[in-house]
Parts: sequence; C-alpha cells; structure tokens
Amino acid sequence: MPKVIFVALGGARRTIDAAVGDSVMATAVRNGVPGIVGECGGNLSCATCHVYVHEDFLPLVGSPADLEDDMLDLAVSDRRPTSRLACQITVTEALEGLTVECPEAQP
Amino acid sequence: MNGGALIVGAGQAGIQVAASMRDYGYDGPITLVGAEAQPPYQRPPLSKEFLAGTADLASLHLRTPGFYAERGIDVVTADRIVRLQLSPAGPPGAGTALTERGRRLVFDRLALTVGARPRRLPLPGADLDGVCYLRVLDDATRLRAHLARARDVVVIGGGFIGLEAAAVARSHGRNVTVVEAGERLISRSVAPVISEFYRQAHARRGVDIRLGATVAAIVGEQGRVTGVRLTDALLPADLVVVGVGVVPRTELAEQLGLECDGGIVVDEFARTSEPAVVAAGDCTVLPNPLTGQGRLRLESMPNAVGQARVAAATLVGKPRPYTDVPWFWSDQYDLKLQIAGVTDGYDQIVVRGDPGTEKFAVRYYRQGRLLAVNAVNSAPDYLAVRKTLASPVPAAG
Ligand SMILES: Cc1cc2nc3c(=O)[nH]c(=O)nc-3n(C[C@H](O)[C@H](O)[C@H](O)COP(=O)(O)OP(=O)(O)OC[C@H]3O[C@@H](n4cnc5c(N)ncnc54)[C@H](O)[C@@H]3O)c2cc1C
Ligand code: FES
Repeated sequence: MPKVIFVALGGARRTIDAAVGDSVMATAVRNGVPGIVGECGGNLSCATCHVYVHEDFLPLVGSPADLEDDMLDLAVSDRRPTSRLACQITVTEALEGLTVECPEAQP
Repeated sequence: MNGGALIVGAGQAGIQVAASMRDYGYDGPITLVGAEAQPPYQRPPLSKEFLAGTADLASLHLRTPGFYAERGIDVVTADRIVRLQLSPAGPPGAGTALTERGRRLVFDRLALTVGARPRRLPLPGADLDGVCYLRVLDDATRLRAHLARARDVVVIGGGFIGLEAAAVARSHGRNVTVVEAGERLISRSVAPVISEFYRQAHARRGVDIRLGATVAAIVGEQGRVTGVRLTDALLPADLVVVGVGVVPRTELAEQLGLECDGGIVVDEFARTSEPAVVAAGDCTVLPNPLTGQGRLRLESMPNAVGQARVAAATLVGKPRPYTDVPWFWSDQYDLKLQIAGVTDGYDQIVVRGDPGTEKFAVRYYRQGRLLAVNAVNSAPDYLAVRKTLASPVPAAG
C-alpha cells in the first residue's frame, strides 16, 4: 500500500496507507484527514478537495484536465501552479510517498 | 449504551451528524444505528459508476472502520430502531429506544436521519423476478446482475435515477425504453427546455422515450418478468427498473408526536417540533435555505451533509442556521448536469449557449432575481451562479 502524506496548514503531517485505485480525496475523507472535505464524493462539482501537490510529485501527478481546470479557476480561493483537486488524483504504486498540502480554506 | 447521543439511520446524514458532533467538541458517547447490513456508504454511485461496473463496493464506503474507532463512534449495523420514547420527566430530548433485535438504548440527545424509501408501484406483476428498485446497495447489486444478462430494459419513471439507470443500460448496449406518466422528463426539478434536452439526448443515443404513458401491468411467465403493458402497447422486457420517487420515513417521528408534512418538519436549525430532537436528510421537509420561507424536500447528498452539520451544531448547543446553497448533479452518458439553487416559483428563464451542442446552461429568475441554474457540461456557469447565490443578498428596500 503506497503511503500518502497530508500536510495540514500548521505543518502537521499525517501519513496514510492508501489503497491503489482510490482517489487521494477518498483516502483523506475516509480516514478523517482535516482540511479535505470532498463534498461531492469526487464528482468534480464542489472543489472542496483542493490540495497543493508537493513539487517533487508534480511530474508524476500531471496537470488538470479541462473541467478540473475550470473548477480550480473559479472555485478555489488561492490557486497556485501546484493546485489540484484531490478527487482527480488516483493513488498508484508509483506515487509512493505522495505529499500534498491542504489549503487555508475549502470553498 | 447509557446516555449520550443516539442517531437513528446510518446513511449520509447520520454519519455526518456523528462526525460533526465530534468536530464541534462533543465528548459523550455516540451511537449510530443503521438497519442496513453494510457500514455507511454513498448512494449516488449506485445509479452511476457502481451500476456501470467502474466502481466497486470498497470505493463506496464513507469512512474507514478506523475512523469510527478513533472518534469513539459506535456504529451498529443490521439492526433497526422500532420504538422511541422521550422521558416526560428527564431533560428535553432524553429517552429510550428499542431495536428490532431487542437492544434497549438510553439517550440524552436524539437525531433522526432515517432517510426515505422508494415508492412502490401498486401494480399487478410488480413483485416478479426482474423488477428492480434502486435505493440501497442490495438493490444496486441485484440490478447489476440482472443488467449483465438483460436484453430489453424498461425503465418506469423519467426522473434522475431512472434516467441515469437508462443511460448505463444503453451504454451497455441494451434496448432501453423509458416510460414516463407525465408530459415531460424530470418535471419536478427542471424547466421544460431541460426536459426536452434530455428527451432528445436519450433519443439520439437510441433510447425509446414514451411520455404520457400509463403502465397497466407488469407481465411475466413462471415468476419472471417478460414485459410491461401500457394502456396502448406491450413492451418486451427482461429487466424493469422502477424509479418513481421516494417517500420519507416518518413512522418514528409520528411515534414521538412530531409534526410531519410529507416528511419530518424541521426549522432552519434542523429542530423538529420538539426542539430538543433534530432531524436531517431525506426524511425532512425544511424551509428554503436561501429565503427561510416555505417547506421543501431536498433529496440530495449535499443537503444530507449540510443539514446534518447544522443538526450536530444544534445538538451540541452551538446552533447556527442552515443557509447552504442547495446543489445537485446528475451524470448521464457524457452529460454532466449541475444544479445550484431552488427553482420554485420562477417566472423567467434565460438559456445561455445552444442545447444542440450539449453544452449550455439555463438560469432561473423570479422578478428579476436569480434563483437557480441548471448547467449541462458547463461547470463555469454552475460555479458562477453558486457563488452569486452564496453571497448575502442586500435586504430589499
Ligand atoms: C441511486 C441513487 C442515486 C442518487 N444520486 C444522487 C446524486 O447524483 N446527487 C445527489 O446529491 N444525491 C443523489 N442521491 C440522493 C442521495 O443519495 C440522498 O439524498 C442521500 O443519500 C440521503 O441521505 P440520508 O442519510 O438522509 O438518507 P438515506 O441515505 O436513506 O439513509 C437513511 C438510513 O437510515 C436507515 N434507517 C431507516 N430507518 C431506520 C431505523 N428505524 N433504524 C435504523 N436505521 C434506519 C436506512 O436503512 C438508511 O440506511 C441518489 C440517491 C439514490 C438512491
Ligand atoms: S470532491 Fe468535489 S470536486 Fe473533488
């Protein structure tokens, strides 16, 4: 099981054993990681799963598709080049150690 | 269990009441009792990814077992509360409960999150093998198995769930007919232009849509369904999906003498007519969160979650009103419909974009004021309206 590391606003880290095939959002919500809401269950309708992907993992994770890009543009308060919606990132073995940071606020 | 919070119904709303009570600092015992055998799971994928076979059971679970353990939430599955009593002498909201299996529970706070049951068809043949409803995981599992073998699928009811099931069946190459009694699809929720768009979109993909059609009987041989008899036609069918709406569960609320009106009546703090008892989710009727007026049913996951948070706040003594912008989505084929706001009482609509391109949005207004949007493959329109509706409206003159 690859590990995914969630970094809270204050810097607190939480490491979770994630299941391959789950989204990063579902991994966070099911384990009660604060700061990721995932209100629409991964449906690209809420943007409450906004995270900043650690730069080392950006090339592996890739960039957002069109609809996600629109959501990030319009719905999140502080979009950065590392912004992604966690429900659109699928956990794979290659992402072992994936580190994402939670934003100050979810919409 | 002795004292503490009892939450009846372990669906989306029930689990959220429990989780939020902990978030808001409640440290007493929490017991969540659910009649279904499975730990709490999400329903929306049942007519979408799960039915299509692209999501499995594990992906539906709302929380891990560890989550409940860590937060001291006692989840009881496969048992049902059959009797509730408030103690006349005790503090408001305290009482006792009895489960079907004979467990007796004592509580000092109570939340009803019992959801709704699918409306049954009072028709001859409705209990034949191959006639499926779609509300719980067991329904979806059975439907998925039938769909794998089916050739001719008839969907009774042109609402969201029926249309989503039709889209999955058609995408699997089945012959699909949708039978709707009304003159248009999804008539309860959207303007005629959206209804007509979905009629055409399904027709373009090969679904036979029959509007204004009355089902006389479901027919079968040797206990298995073989067709659906309309007043003027016989449709062959080896699978029938019934999606004709839901009925909120009010029996327990009625036992407690709570006011019910097509659902358990709650105010903007999720309080029932006995203010110490809260209710949230599909079992409730509530004031419009944007205006505070009227009585609505909002059968949606975001409402179950949002209202449950408000109910939890009330139970822990930190009440705040429910003002979330209602929103909803529906996935059919490659069409994503996103809805924000409440369309009730609209007097004008504005269509932006061309429905023919399968990418457009409809805005609803009343006396010039924006009420709601329906956006098809147009997330920016949906988001813009959702934002506008979320900002407080300046008080009228
Ligand atoms: C197929 C399908 C697709 C959907 N798609 C969408 C969608 O795309 N978007 C959206 O927003 N919404 C969708 N919905 C609606 C959404 O799932 C519901 O609004 C939401 O699940 C309501 O949650 P709830 O907790 O209020 O009720 P429920 O989910 O009905 O949960 C209530 C639970 O309480 C249990 N219960 C009842 N009585 C008792 C008792 N006496 N004792 C113990 N347990 C009891 C029931 O067994 C049930 O498990 C869909 C629903 C279905 C069925
Ligand atoms: S969970 Fe809603 S957009 Fe990701």
